[in-house]
Amino acid sequence: MSKPYYDAADLRKFGKITEWSEELGTKFFDYYGKVFEEGALTAREKSLIALAVAHTEQCPYCIDAYTKDTLQRGITKEQMMEAIHVGAAIKSGATLVHGVQMMNKVNKLDG
Amino acid sequence: MATKSLKKLGNNLAQSNKQLEILSNGIFKSGKLPTFKDKISETSQFPIKAKKLEILQINVGYMCNQVCDHCHVDAGPDRKEIMTRDTMRQCLEVIKNSGAHTLDLTGGAPEMNPDFRWFVEEASKVGITDFIVRSNLTIIRANKKYYDLPEFFKKHNVHVVSSMPHWTRGKTDKQRGDGVFDKSIKALQELNAVGYGMPGSDLRLDLVYNPSGAFLPGDQVAMEKDFKKALMDDFGIEFHNLFAITNLPIARFLDYLIASENYEDYMYSLVEAYNPAAVENVMCTNTLSISWDGYLFDCDFNQMLELPVNSKSRHISEFNEELLEGRNIVISQHCYGCTAGAGSSCQGVVA
Repeated sequence: MSKPYYDAADLRKFGKITEWSEELGTKFFDYYGKVFEEGALTAREKSLIALAVAHTEQCPYCIDAYTKDTLQRGITKEQMMEAIHVGAAIKSGATLVHGVQMMNKVNKLDG
Repeated sequence: MATKSLKKLGNNLAQSNKQLEILSNGIFKSGKLPTFKDKISETSQFPIKAKKLEILQINVGYMCNQVCDHCHVDAGPDRKEIMTRDTMRQCLEVIKNSGAHTLDLTGGAPEMNPDFRWFVEEASKVGITDFIVRSNLTIIRANKKYYDLPEFFKKHNVHVVSSMPHWTRGKTDKQRGDGVFDKSIKALQELNAVGYGMPGSDLRLDLVYNPSGAFLPGDQVAMEKDFKKALMDDFGIEFHNLFAITNLPIARFLDYLIASENYEDYMYSLVEAYNPAAVENVMCTNTLSISWDGYLFDCDFNQMLELPVNSKSRHISEFNEELLEGRNIVISQHCYGCTAGAGSSCQGVVA
């Protein structure tokens, strides 16, 4: 592999997706912007949710973007790490809860 | 954590022309990013012109008891540039005769100037509306001779503006040095005890937040809310307002950006966050900065870059308010720091 699949500088070009599909791209960015506005949840809470989801989605661009965003909001590294653990707990819980399905199947086949 | 100034270390970036070279070359020379001049020209805002003078900011010396990582002054205990009483006398004449409503003393730690108290006493007699001293807080606890500063400030109705990078010990000490957080908390409690920062009090106490690393400040109102809650819950501390200030890419912060390989990304962040509405209200349009040796600058940052005012009136001894009004502001790429997002000034956001 001569070049990596991900380039950190590509994040700056994200807006360019509208060039090949203006209406959908614009609608997406409008929606995106609206989602992160202060609402029933604070912008700070939304930023922490985004940071956790960025990790569960394993999106390097999102991790860069929301690490910076949470820092800008004065969120501490301990808070950031706890948020990621919330994502990780759900991810591992989602894996393990399927263990019940496995147990059900074992019990049926070999009970 | 730094213990010496770039100047003392003989670092290249202690020279203002080296800093300006970096800010003009690289991504700006290659055209990857527009220069500040080109950017403000897009919205017909070049040249920026000085309006009526409202704020006189006097830097009484670069000596400081701290050596903060981000310091745009490159201040520290080893800096010997100190304003003399003669220059202070010239400043007092200007304060008396100018239309400025705000006097803003800064440094270094202004309190370390041996004539600081004399100057405050004399200046407070002139009857200026808002008399600010930018205190780093720890100076109040640095030595017995400073312990009475809260009472001294109160006596002269000084408006205290203090740096406080975070409400947690870890983030504060990382930027400003070990033990700074605890001393700052103690100093804030002492200021509260004499009436500073209390709800409804005329004794104004405002805090300045600037980011601890290569990122921009968050929303000023939201940050103020977080600061107020944390400082009250943890230490019972009250203050009036929080000013969120962007770190400008000069001096020690520029050195940090380059050493940590954040320089280009940081400049991209500033340019991407460019806000033409902030250009309308940048502080250089109503402020004059006076250096320890009496020279005039558009702002404290230009003072550190040794970019003098574009006027025939260049020194406090030849101060001419009429000549200075309407002058073209001297700009370079560091100016993006004052126009990013909601803008930034010594009084916080501007847009």
